[in-house]
Amino acid sequence: MTQLDTSDAAAETLKGGPGRRRVRMTGRGVPLPLLIPALVGLAFLLLPLVALLVRAPWRSLPSQLTSTEVWQALQLSLFSATAATAVSLVLGVPLAWVLARTEFPGRGFLRALVTLPLVLPPVVGGVALLLALGRNGVVGQWLDSWFGITLPFTTTGVVVAEAFVAMPFLVISVEGTLRAADPRYEEAAQTLGASRFTAFRRVTLPLIAPGIAAGAVLAWARALGEFGATITFAGNFPGRTQTMPLAVYLALQNDPEAAIALSLVLLAVSIAVLAGLRDRWMTTS
Amino acid sequence: MTRSARRTRRTLQVAGAGAAALLALSACSSSDDSSSSKSDSSASASPKMSGTVTVFAAASLQESFTTLGKEFEKANPGTKVTFNFGGSDTLAASITGGAPADVFAAASPKTMAIVTDKKDAVGTPATFVRNQLEIATLPGNPDKVTSLKDLTKSSLKVVLCDKTVPCGAAAQKALTASKLKLTPVSYEADVKSALTKVELKEADAAVVYKTDVHAAGSKVQGVEFPESANAINDYPIVLLKNAPNAVAAKAFIALVQSAEGQKVLSAAGFLKP
Repeated sequence: MTQLDTSDAAAETLKGGPGRRRVRMTGRGVPLPLLIPALVGLAFLLLPLVALLVRAPWRSLPSQLTSTEVWQALQLSLFSATAATAVSLVLGVPLAWVLARTEFPGRGFLRALVTLPLVLPPVVGGVALLLALGRNGVVGQWLDSWFGITLPFTTTGVVVAEAFVAMPFLVISVEGTLRAADPRYEEAAQTLGASRFTAFRRVTLPLIAPGIAAGAVLAWARALGEFGATITFAGNFPGRTQTMPLAVYLALQNDPEAAIALSLVLLAVSIAVLAGLRDRWMTTS
Repeated sequence: MTRSARRTRRTLQVAGAGAAALLALSACSSSDDSSSSKSDSSASASPKMSGTVTVFAAASLQESFTTLGKEFEKANPGTKVTFNFGGSDTLAASITGGAPADVFAAASPKTMAIVTDKKDAVGTPATFVRNQLEIATLPGNPDKVTSLKDLTKSSLKVVLCDKTVPCGAAAQKALTASKLKLTPVSYEADVKSALTKVELKEADAAVVYKTDVHAAGSKVQGVEFPESANAINDYPIVLLKNAPNAVAAKAFIALVQSAEGQKVLSAAGFLKP
């Protein structure tokens, strides 16, 4: 619950909604001890992005961006981030429901475990994935010998790595929304004869749809920027496992201009998607 | 309902802002790690050498330089040698980007040139060792790899270093010289990552340095190949212009070039310059 409260408070601050109104009512400005750190914080977050724009090689940009490598990496990034989000949705929403709506011993502990990939350095996550799902891994060796499936060095491996890192964002977001949703709607549906699954499908899901959408965007954004787990688990091969962040990192070594160009593309895509989705929610909600 | 709608909208806004922040963060979570390079020049009051020497060195130098660092600290009490090991090109990029370092030891003249071209070095870099490529296979060599040509078999999962890293450039040179076309499963960012993939048995073979095979011990098996003679890497070392501790840095370079230092490097599998 506490988490939800803080996120609500954060939302109000972000929106400048009630806070701004209160300021207007009393007619006093923002107190300096809050305003100055706030402005420093804003500058801290925006300055690197501005620097990227200032130093961008605008003249050579068109030729940089039309290279096949960039398109390969961009396509792969968009595809794998979307696939990772789909995987997260299919597995994460039920997981969030179980965490929010059922009672069993050790649930708090389980919840903490689910959020572990949030704090784990992604490279460590990548090593853990190798040990679990690698060709010689705990589960991976059976995948290999029974089904002939090996995940490392494949595009599927990229999706797995991204889903591992991104799914907790979705679970946390959906679980918070579920806890905020009134369970009495589901109970009412059940007293009217709906099974628990039907109630989930017909009542709960529509109710928490915005929360799911928010979680999905968070997960997608995290997956798009994933670097550490991907390069560790899936390696780096153009067109197969080299996503945009990997391309940026490797380009930085011998061609910083290309790296800046790639970063700009990633930035533009992310802003476009986030802005697009936000507008849609704003009008429908 | 209106309340819950408002709430979800708020949640969305948090999520949107959070996502944007995340994106900015995660895009740069690379392994570039030069944090441990705080040098201490304030202790220069003592008559002899003191303080920290920060050495940026190619990943393949990890074992031998760590040994030399300990020897240096023992011979010069009060000094401390800290290392930043990584792909030579990454290190060169951080040095030209202003990372505080005293010494740069690269795995190829080409990556060294990145630093000297930017006039970030003092004097001319000196070649202190050379390194030859070797194939690292799984222990016992189950795939019976005996030559560079064997690696081109499609059933084998081979990892190479990325072409921007010296070991990748050298491997490419050897492959081109012998007119072989090899499609690896991955181009790794430095030689140690390539080796790790074989150590973890995720890849069947990697083209790495002789010294890396040596350092990995029984975890991999080395296979020498004649084409590697065409692609021997010179390792240059240089004092950096903005060295916070130039005195001790010079002494460390002298140790690397001394008979004692060369003994440690030869033991690790490096060739004499």
